[in-house]
Amino acid sequence: MHPRSECCNINDGLLVSEFVQQSCEAIKKAGEARAPLRIQGGGTKSFYGRRIQGEPLETGSHAGIVDYEPSELVITARAGTPLAALEAKLAKFGQMLPFEPPYFGGAATIGGTVASGLSGPRRPYAGAVRDLVLGCKLINGFGEHLTFGGQVMKNVAGYDISRLMVGALGTLGVITEVSMKVVPRPVASATLAFEYTQREAIEAMNRWAGQPLPLSATCHDGDRLYLRLSGTRAGVQSAADELGGESVSDDDFWARVRDHRHPFLRTAPALWRLSVPPATEPLDTPGSTFIEWNGGLRWVATDAPARVVRECVDGTGGHAIWFRGHDGKDVFHPLDREKLALHRNVKRAFDPVGILNPGRLYAEI
Amino acid sequence: MPATPKSLRTRASVAADLSRLLPNCHLLADEESLRPYECDALSAYRRLPLVVVLPETLGEVRTVARYCRDKGVPLVARGAGTGLSGGALPIEDGILCSLAKFDRILHIDPANRSATVQPGVRNLAVSEAVSHLGLYYAPDPSSQIACTIGGNVAENSGGLHCLKYGLTVHNILKLKIVTIEGELVTIGGDALDSPGYDFLALLTGSEGLLGIIVEVTVKLLPIPESAKLIMASFDDTGSAGHAVGDLVAAGIIPGGLEMMDNAVIRATEDFVHAGYDTDAAAILLCELDGTPEEVTDDIARVKEVLEQSGCTGMQVAKDEAQRQQFWSGRKAAFPAIGAMSPDYYCMDGTIPRRKLGEVLGRMAEMSRRYGLRVVNVFHAGDGNLHPLILYDANRPGELERTEALGADILQLCVDVGGTITGEHGVGIEKIDQMCVQFDSMALSQFHAVKEAFDPVRLLNPDKAIPTLRRCSEFGGMHVQRGELKFPELERF
Ligand SMILES: Cc1cc2nc3c(=O)[nH]c(=O)nc-3n(C[C@H](O)[C@H](O)[C@H](O)COP(=O)(O)OP(=O)(O)OC[C@H]3O[C@@H](n4cnc5c(N)ncnc54)[C@H](O)[C@@H]3O)c2cc1C
Repeated sequence: MHPRSECCNINDGLLVSEFVQQSCEAIKKAGEARAPLRIQGGGTKSFYGRRIQGEPLETGSHAGIVDYEPSELVITARAGTPLAALEAKLAKFGQMLPFEPPYFGGAATIGGTVASGLSGPRRPYAGAVRDLVLGCKLINGFGEHLTFGGQVMKNVAGYDISRLMVGALGTLGVITEVSMKVVPRPVASATLAFEYTQREAIEAMNRWAGQPLPLSATCHDGDRLYLRLSGTRAGVQSAADELGGESVSDDDFWARVRDHRHPFLRTAPALWRLSVPPATEPLDTPGSTFIEWNGGLRWVATDAPARVVRECVDGTGGHAIWFRGHDGKDVFHPLDREKLALHRNVKRAFDPVGILNPGRLYAEI
Repeated sequence: MPATPKSLRTRASVAADLSRLLPNCHLLADEESLRPYECDALSAYRRLPLVVVLPETLGEVRTVARYCRDKGVPLVARGAGTGLSGGALPIEDGILCSLAKFDRILHIDPANRSATVQPGVRNLAVSEAVSHLGLYYAPDPSSQIACTIGGNVAENSGGLHCLKYGLTVHNILKLKIVTIEGELVTIGGDALDSPGYDFLALLTGSEGLLGIIVEVTVKLLPIPESAKLIMASFDDTGSAGHAVGDLVAAGIIPGGLEMMDNAVIRATEDFVHAGYDTDAAAILLCELDGTPEEVTDDIARVKEVLEQSGCTGMQVAKDEAQRQQFWSGRKAAFPAIGAMSPDYYCMDGTIPRRKLGEVLGRMAEMSRRYGLRVVNVFHAGDGNLHPLILYDANRPGELERTEALGADILQLCVDVGGTITGEHGVGIEKIDQMCVQFDSMALSQFHAVKEAFDPVRLLNPDKAIPTLRRCSEFGGMHVQRGELKFPELERF
């Protein structure tokens, strides 16, 4: 339908292999010297995860969209491709990344987005980063460049290594290229607001999520519940009529939530990210709470000790990440013994010497 | 296919060991009772295991795993045995562990829209158990009345609606697995994400090679308020293929988008009288779902696109009964083809949608060359082909020719940028084609992952991931584009 040349800018093939070759060499050398590497894309998420030392390995120069065929709903890009450039390309063809990736700064890359595994407001309704990854290329700790998955919607040949990379924070491999599923942009959207308490909001969001409504985002800022509908014009209109509430005409609202430019998320000196089953009752957390994802994501602004915050999710089936303002160590929720053993084994399978972002996710891996 | 175990004493001794360790566990050890377990739905491959165990408790599964680990006995898990790639094919000197008795729905959580079930629960039983809440479990393989959730997770099964609602991997939250060490490990969680590596994705589609799945928490979705089905006819398969790409490019994601060629249309029409256009070279079944307003908007757009794509006739199911009737043909397609030919072989390659027309044409060519009929009924929206090769196993040489044609078709899928399996898994069937799709470094990485979970390599060994030796032998026969696939093999 769209000729390939029209929608893709393929970089010089020579440059590509040069980056990959050099990185493979660098990793092999680092392995011999047992000298850790610190993988970095745009650096916008350097606040996220445990603090580590290491020789930087920059992926930003490895940029460019490799393949984009709108009728296939797939885009393939090098890891260093700026998220903004990628999304602009998709927008030109009326498509988007369904998980509404957070930027946390203009320099965000697609590789960093996948490695950190963070998704935005649309996540419960359209899937997370990991749901949309179809394939990837990566360099493992042996300095081998490997290809997994592909550019098709369904692929069960071999283990799903591409999705395993999502959220691994570079500890299993340097991602060099990713293929992602994209979707058409909805024709219409509308945001509604309701004066609800936290408890009322959680109850309402989950009641609506159990009904066939075209929801595409929800949040509660302490006083008000905001809700976005997306879909066909008539679909959005009829849902809006049914739900009532006050119509909000602020195009930037959800982008501010997504990128933490919203005052609640921006100003908190210490911010926790609690992921719990959505209908979980209001948690007895210290500080104040901002809710997304039908109640499944609770941002808690507090400088209470980590132990205190973590105890709040005990028994919910969820977990807590010390997102910002952390101590550089106690960031991710502790794993139980069996789970940690598997993490060690899998890390060893990809990076036996432990040179790829060691310690960024957990001290042991 | 050798059917007798290495030694009867081994069978007797394993049976004796297990009945001592698990006095209350159902155990099968005589040939006659083992016979029903000799194959899955890929019946060309058959083997008897040493014994079949049907544990009922977690403790029993853990004991079986530990026993296998201690004695070095291979362990194969089995759900309903509807797999199409020989994944649940027993190992002759191994134990087959059927999860059939793990068939309870443990917990339904309407507020969080999830259900926790044992792995032996049938796929359709989940939706049936929650339909009164206005909820359902989205992945709907055509085998859903029989196949189990455990098998679905192990194969990452898809269904008629996965273009819009995703595969198994997109619709589960949490697993409990028993490792070969007999450890019980929780993977994923009750929230939308969980700490650490995404082992949920790794386990999904792992074909029983990494752990025994003993519990699954699935996501439930609200049942769409309205669904409408369009049947569109085309006078050649190529333009039906193009129409699929045109729909998607126009920004429409149908709930389901299936294609059938004339041979399948006729076979199913004879079989269930679904009301199909038997003169069409191909039909598309395109379902739109959502709120009534959304569906009305979408139907109008779909009609417009289909008209421009050269559709020769279109019929919107006039009511729910006719919608079900249209679907009944698609769901009965495999049995209908079974009635049409003594045997058939179902392939499962996935290709980029834009190649549909080209690949269908080239398969027709291959079919002529091999003198074997190939008919098509498949998940067009995902580009997931299910070419069915019709053959007669009683005719000497026909099975071999069928397998050779199948291998050529899979090679074609890889050549156009696709994959050898979209949803049925590699199992034993496509193990050689894995050597076509992956290079030796990627295969070695797979083996390393396997060892991270199963260091003794006893869980479903020799399935899904070929050894490099196997590939080098296969590569020796199949030299591709003038070069060997594994020139670097000496390294290992
Ligand atoms: C007529 C027909 C139509 C089909 N249609 C579809 C379709 O539309 N989409 C689709 O994706 N598939 C389809 N299939 C294939 C098949 O139904 C699926 O692969 C299904 O998920 C297998 O489930 P099962 O319970 O029968 O598993 P089995 O066949 O028993 O096992 C399949 C694999 O899973 C492993 N396994 C099973 N249970 C466990 C467990 N508890 N723990 C660990 N490993 C386990 C086995 O070792 C084996 O490798 C179809 C099959 C038939 C016969």
